[in-house]
Amino acid sequence: MELVDRIIEKHHGEASALIQILLEIQSKNHWLPKEALDRVSEKLGVPKARIQHVATFYKAFSLVPKGKHEIHICMGTACHVRGATRILDAVQERTGIKPGETDLDLKFTLQTVNCLGCCALGPVMEIDGKTHGKMTPSKVAEVLKNYE
Amino acid sequence: MKDVQLTIDGREVKAKEGMTVLEAARKAGIFIPTLCYHEKLEPYGGCRLCIVEVEERGWTKLVVSCVFQVADNLVVRTRSEKIDRIRKMILELLLAHAPDAPELARLAAEYGADRNRFDKESSFCINCGLCVRYCAEIKKKFAVGFVSRGTRREISFIPEIAAEACWNCKECFPLCPTSFLQAAYVLTEAFFPKGNPSG
Amino acid sequence: MAKINSPAELEAFRKDLVAKRDPTKPLISVCCGSACLASGSGEVAAVLEEEIKKQGLSDKVELKKTGCHGFCERGPLMVLRPEEVAYFHIEPKDVSEILSQTVKEKKVLDHLVYADPAAKEKVVHEGEIPFYKYQERIVFGSNGIIDPKNIEDYIALGGYRALAKVLFEMTPEQVLEEVKKSNLRGRGGGGFPTGRKWEESRKVQSDIKYVIVNADEGDPGAYMDRSLLEGNPHLVLEGLIIGAYTVGAREGFIYVRQEYPLAVENVNVALRQAEEYGFLGENILGSRFSFTVKVHQGAGAFVSGESSALMTAIEGKVGEPRPKYIHTAVKGVWDRPSVLNNVETWANVPLIINNGADWFTRLGTEKSKGTKIFSLVGKINNTGLVEVPMGMTLRDIIYKIGGGIRGGKRFKAVQTGGPSGGCIPESLLDLPVGFDELTKAGSMMGSGGMIVMDEDTCMVDVARYFLDFLTEESCGKCVPCREGIRQMLKILTNITKGKGKEGDIELLEQLAETACEASLCALGKTAPNPFLSTLKYFRDEYEAHIKEKRCPALSCKDLIAYYINPEKCQACMTCFKNCPAQAIIGGKNLIHIVDQEKCTKCGTCFEVCPPRFRAVEKISGKPVPPPLPEEARVITRKSKEK
Repeated sequence: MELVDRIIEKHHGEASALIQILLEIQSKNHWLPKEALDRVSEKLGVPKARIQHVATFYKAFSLVPKGKHEIHICMGTACHVRGATRILDAVQERTGIKPGETDLDLKFTLQTVNCLGCCALGPVMEIDGKTHGKMTPSKVAEVLKNYE
Repeated sequence: MKDVQLTIDGREVKAKEGMTVLEAARKAGIFIPTLCYHEKLEPYGGCRLCIVEVEERGWTKLVVSCVFQVADNLVVRTRSEKIDRIRKMILELLLAHAPDAPELARLAAEYGADRNRFDKESSFCINCGLCVRYCAEIKKKFAVGFVSRGTRREISFIPEIAAEACWNCKECFPLCPTSFLQAAYVLTEAFFPKGNPSG
Repeated sequence: MAKINSPAELEAFRKDLVAKRDPTKPLISVCCGSACLASGSGEVAAVLEEEIKKQGLSDKVELKKTGCHGFCERGPLMVLRPEEVAYFHIEPKDVSEILSQTVKEKKVLDHLVYADPAAKEKVVHEGEIPFYKYQERIVFGSNGIIDPKNIEDYIALGGYRALAKVLFEMTPEQVLEEVKKSNLRGRGGGGFPTGRKWEESRKVQSDIKYVIVNADEGDPGAYMDRSLLEGNPHLVLEGLIIGAYTVGAREGFIYVRQEYPLAVENVNVALRQAEEYGFLGENILGSRFSFTVKVHQGAGAFVSGESSALMTAIEGKVGEPRPKYIHTAVKGVWDRPSVLNNVETWANVPLIINNGADWFTRLGTEKSKGTKIFSLVGKINNTGLVEVPMGMTLRDIIYKIGGGIRGGKRFKAVQTGGPSGGCIPESLLDLPVGFDELTKAGSMMGSGGMIVMDEDTCMVDVARYFLDFLTEESCGKCVPCREGIRQMLKILTNITKGKGKEGDIELLEQLAETACEASLCALGKTAPNPFLSTLKYFRDEYEAHIKEKRCPALSCKDLIAYYINPEKCQACMTCFKNCPAQAIIGGKNLIHIVDQEKCTKCGTCFEVCPPRFRAVEKISGKPVPPPLPEEARVITRKSKEK
């Protein structure tokens, strides 16, 4: 809660900074707990319903805790044309989760993203910020094994 | 307020600057179908049913009459083959969500919309926003709001606010064209904070 | 660093900077744009720093970490100046040799230079490499020579000269006239005349106005704006300040998507330095013009890149578009006049001021002037960012610069304009690139994504892909878009799964009309474009899917089967070992067969079967031949003759 207050202070409690404030909380805390949203609503004078919409409208926000490792699969057009759907299928099969979900032991969170800008390496899978390029379905198991 | 003269369906209509085409039409007794419009609320422009053809400076375009403002010498047509086609499609798309909604059924009859054109969708909510906007603009309680976006967009109550504010109000209930609102409220009651009487 | 307080001081400072820089001193520019970083250029740069110290070269050679050079296919890459020797696919282990051979001895390392795959000849100098040679890099070119985190690099090149000229030698009306004369059109997708937009805002009486940089760049496959912001943020900033002066704004916003952390970082560094040196804030360069900029991050919504939605997001609300009956140039952020332009549009402004509108109009076609940066990606050999003059043909871009189709496959279509655009087939490859030309062909310029597709791409799936993208990204407020796209996606998905039926195409066309005519914003209005353009040029593919349950490109999973040709299989066991579903029945000297019940169509067997056998085939639209009985599958190999 201290963290939340500090972030709100930094933006002078301005209602128009709502999205920027939530982005910072999300980035430092890895998710947006309800208490944090209620606090933001109180301090900014923004109705909870509006914050609820903002927090669910934007993909950057997560209302549930995320897994230890975040898998981002690029579904941009260039990667799609190079077979990104097959990579996604292979990852779904190995991890048992679908995009937007986190597995039960909070190990992996799977998300699709639209264009990481590494089209030359497509299809691309990013895990914890590290880019794995030129992916093939057969490489997926190998890459995932490295993440415990 | 400056006076404005426009033509709607061949009729001369007098209006005031700042009025919308829908308001001017209603004043003149010309009917344009709407779903998400309510005279006490800010125009929303979401259902697109009130779409009309306007001719301005030689250009014809389709606009939603609940938002588009009147202008001098504006020529408006509220029905045409294209407009009717679009309204029919909009109704068919909404009927996939709520095939039995009385308002939709009435308009469907007028435009020949087929309630079975599309497979049934799982949610009744047609996202007209009347409940959300009423609670926000008139009651200022913000007990219900939108969640998500795109095809996943829906309305959702805030349990702790609804627990306090809704039992003695429920003014939004009759506004919902599909009764999804009432169902959503009942489901939310399960999340009311303990010790909060709901009746 | 004391603030620069006049144009004269700026010129003196610039002269000083240039005098201190020795153009003959060896300089290594290493590309540290996001794409090269993903390929490992960060490690290469780190090793370079270390080695330079170790080999005692610290005062003999300078290392510069620059932004994106554009030739992303061949990264990590570097250019050694002043000779302009270009090295590609560099690994950390090459560094020591590069320093000892090329820097010290001026010897070129053959294995690192560009080799033309067709001609097999090596090209040593950057400017002669076909990829760069045919481009016209007036905007993007500086990326290769400046360190984005150092404003002095930009100033030494002539940076902020345009701003000084505008503030002290031109009135806002004169600047406006020049921009109008240049015919600069928005580079974000709309192609709206920039001068006209500025004029509209300028005319409104309001003491508060805003100028905004749209760096949301949501089109998947497009990353030009990112590279411009990462590599040369001051160019964009200078354009923005000039725009603010012209329109009468004192506050600006740079809206960057949060998926671009390096761009956000470099922009913030640039803003800080610009303020320090006196190009932002109160009394810029001693003129009486004051201007400040705030950075706003996007939060993961494609629709927020739409100009009215972006402004709503800046207000802290959900990024929903507004009806545009009154232009945002008149009523935008907080209902104030707001001029929103794309990153690339702003970047062109200082060039127009420095060189004049006439210089700008010499490039391009009649109605589309200047250049455009495209992200040339997909099934192409030279993937990267290319800047070409408007009017260059698609054929030249794809073959001369792009090096043709990967893997020797056949070209099928090129997709431009992102989810609002369309596919252009081979028959139209000689189309000159330009706003109106592309729109007439059924596509649009868009932000600059140019995705090349080959014979293995299913065009029905392309339409489905874009609609899938849009169902997620639509704000959901209006019925024609939210519901229309929902139904279109359902129908297209069924078609790709072999469940298409007669009447589907007509229904799709009607849904397309509703979305085009009645949607609230451009996302909905242009959503049917990928479908309409693929239908126009590839109708036969739609009909094959619907009538024959066949995918001509052999791509749609539900319509293909993997089959091992018994005449070609040599029982090498490679697919057997790699199949993740254990769906291959086989053994040593036993021709393999695919168990169609277990097969998940992942394509691994097709991938791993050795090229000399090519035994795995994809079948579509006809039944899979029944498997041979086991006895017939035994291979008897001739024993080696002694």
